[in-house]
Amino acid sequence: MSVPLLAPGDRVLVKDDWPEFRGPAHIRTPHYLRGKPGRVVRVLGGFANPEDLAFARPAPKRVLYHVVFERPPLWHEGEAGDDVLVEIFEHWLQPVPAERQAA
Amino acid sequence: MSTPARPESLARLDRLVAALIAKGIVTESDLVEAQARTDRASPEVGARMVARAWLDPDWRRLLLGNGAEAAEHMGISMAGAPPLGVLEDTATLHHLVVCTLCSCYPRAVLGYPPSWYKSFEYRSRAVRDPRGVLAEWGTTLAAGCRVRVVDSTADYRWMVLPMRPAGTEGWSEDQLAALVTRDVLVGVALPRLPVALAAE
Repeated sequence: MSVPLLAPGDRVLVKDDWPEFRGPAHIRTPHYLRGKPGRVVRVLGGFANPEDLAFARPAPKRVLYHVVFERPPLWHEGEAGDDVLVEIFEHWLQPVPAERQAA
Repeated sequence: MSTPARPESLARLDRLVAALIAKGIVTESDLVEAQARTDRASPEVGARMVARAWLDPDWRRLLLGNGAEAAEHMGISMAGAPPLGVLEDTATLHHLVVCTLCSCYPRAVLGYPPSWYKSFEYRSRAVRDPRGVLAEWGTTLAAGCRVRVVDSTADYRWMVLPMRPAGTEGWSEDQLAALVTRDVLVGVALPRLPVALAAE
């Protein structure tokens, strides 16, 4: 596994990317999280990239994180304090710059 | 969900198995053993892991730190199985497990997933309206308890370690394990005392 670029507590943004529209794809990042802000909770380890595995291509290991998303901003409804915890691969996460984290 | 397999699917399966055996990739006994292992897996395994965690702090630490290693300690072969993560409920945090993408489920310790877990309705609603789903299951959380939905999207499989119910002081591991159902391990229900006991 390569060295994780992110650490617990880091604010991240899930990439607003839609490979499904560019051709055959197997993506483990749910649609409802694309473009949404979250926070890294823990590093889960390195796992073969399912986007390659699904097509029997060489699948280098990618870092997998547990990322938490607050519920109300995600769905524009729900109780404050409730959240969703999801496994997301590093190549789907963009760090949010520190100056924007205070906001 | 459980439509019978089509004859052509079964014929294709037979040809696949014959080819795998002919190429020496699997043996007949590998397949028999794998089938037996699958059939042995049941929520009773997960229930026992929870009951032991309620009784033994060291076991609890092991279970929360590495669920797969804990399962191995109980004699469950986790070779080739995905890593197992265990989600610790507290008085202020309740976990609900779903796989919105398909039906990822900790089969090694819970057995086959029920059909509702694989249904489109559960997969879409659990992540969008978990409190509504819990209400329909008749599951009432204490005031101030947050709900954390765990969407099992990738390489881990997740089970819930619920809180030990009040009124079970002095109970044996067997008695406690009987309170932990499949639904409790997924997080749609809470462990409940039998009605006769709860009324006392």
